[in-house]
Amino acid sequence: MTEPAAVHEHVRGPGLFGPRGPRPVREQGARGALIAVLSTLVFFGVALWAILTSEAWPAVQQQFFSSFHFREAFPEVLAGFWLDVRMFLVAQVLILAFALIVAMARALRGPAFFPIRAMAVVFIDLVRGVPIILLILLLGFGVPSLQLPGVPNSPLFWGLAALVISYSAYTAEVYRAGIESVHESQRMSARSLGLTQIQALRYVLVPQAIRNVIPALLNGFVSLQKDVALVFVLGIREGVRAAEIYNARTFNYTGYIAATLLFLLVSIPVARWTDWYTERDRRRKQAVGP
Amino acid sequence: MDGLVHGAGSAQETGGGAVSDLKLQLRDVRKSFDDKVVLSDIDLDVGLHEAICLIGSSGSGKSTLLKCVNLLLGIDGGEIVLDGRVITTSDVSADAVRQGMGIVFQAFNLFPHMTVIDNVTLSPRKVHGIGKDAAEAKAMELLSRFGLEEKAGEYPDRLSGGQQQRVAVVRALATEPQLMLFDEVTSALDPELVAEVLDVIRELKSEGKTMLIATHEMGFARDVADRVCFLDAGEILEQGPPGEIFTAPREPRTQQFLQRIVDAGRL
Repeated sequence: MTEPAAVHEHVRGPGLFGPRGPRPVREQGARGALIAVLSTLVFFGVALWAILTSEAWPAVQQQFFSSFHFREAFPEVLAGFWLDVRMFLVAQVLILAFALIVAMARALRGPAFFPIRAMAVVFIDLVRGVPIILLILLLGFGVPSLQLPGVPNSPLFWGLAALVISYSAYTAEVYRAGIESVHESQRMSARSLGLTQIQALRYVLVPQAIRNVIPALLNGFVSLQKDVALVFVLGIREGVRAAEIYNARTFNYTGYIAATLLFLLVSIPVARWTDWYTERDRRRKQAVGP
Repeated sequence: MDGLVHGAGSAQETGGGAVSDLKLQLRDVRKSFDDKVVLSDIDLDVGLHEAICLIGSSGSGKSTLLKCVNLLLGIDGGEIVLDGRVITTSDVSADAVRQGMGIVFQAFNLFPHMTVIDNVTLSPRKVHGIGKDAAEAKAMELLSRFGLEEKAGEYPDRLSGGQQQRVAVVRALATEPQLMLFDEVTSALDPELVAEVLDVIRELKSEGKTMLIATHEMGFARDVADRVCFLDAGEILEQGPPGEIFTAPREPRTQQFLQRIVDAGRL
């Protein structure tokens, strides 16, 4: 109890906007809060006043923030956004599974596994070197144009496939970092008990690795949640595409603002939660010791 | 060098088949990391039910030797023979060899994401195909024997270092290995926790387990070893019964090493 501030910090846990730091003395805290509120009000008040009184504002408001157009566009954009959400959920599950297989393939040791390891490395290097939008265009337009029998022809299918392939390469590297962060003795202990490489990965290394990289995986979630919208280039009527269609019809951009709000509505809570989780995880590790 | 307890010659004469009393042989074993020679021409025979302690300063090759025997490290020359069969050729399955051996390391032994009972039953269940109930019954029996039955449901980070190492020994024993390897298992422990771990090894000695033990605990080595090997710069410089090695070492290097231990008040 020599450091009461640290004890408070531990009890309070991480704040919503990152580490809260030690709780200050009460009077100082009240005064600090007052200053924070006042300066915030003044700063944003001045900024808002500058915007609202500028000559351009009426035009900006009409083009971007029209309540009429918002009401008109919102249902279409929301319907499209719902497709984004579903694409995100499906892609995320596939990415987590596929990336893990790639990472495990890359973690295998010994000359016998060289071809598997090499395949994993080539896959990761190739995919990470290609812009995701290019991959979406290639697969989303390219494969259906072949009209191959027995192969899906839907741009949605191939657009999602491109997302899964691209994100899997990055996520595999996240997993790999996690596997490498597990102490070498764990691998040795597992192997010394007679477990095969695959068993050692499956029962010993990967479960610990995943725990170590959960924050990085969550960061990928936030990123993917927005990037699913890239399939709009294939003409798929998701949120951004719906807003674009509304804009083309009315020459008003409020539909884009509606889409923006919807994406923020989902991604900000995920981002806050990721920070909160990471901070809690860090504290737990500190509590256990070095 | 040979002829100490069991001569290498007699094993070869029996044709490498059913060798009755020779558990493990190292012949001319060599190992280097890059340019650094870690083991050079190691010859060592381990008889059935024999406990051999490897002593020597850090970096003398004790750990490497054990890891080579467990095939966790490949060797660069020579051969290792287990039960009359060469295990250091590429056609031998390392996984199969390890199933007959147990090894306990210095630290980070237990799997932190599993409870004690899951740690102990992992290999019996996944490698040896024993059912969950049978594996757990066997594990509880072993845990009880070493006073750990109350810890079965705990995660390793709730255990003291000594308890963790005892669980690690139990886990290695759970597959009924014919040979146990101990790699400085007390070096990472607080001094007051050392005894409980050494007592477990003493108990294994009393039941005649064949053991190869790398250790810095000289008093323990003197107690438990049938034979002590002094390693220096990757060579077995001297070996013999503990009474001989600790009281009348022949080699100057052994004398120096033991003098330093005595000076430090550890013998």
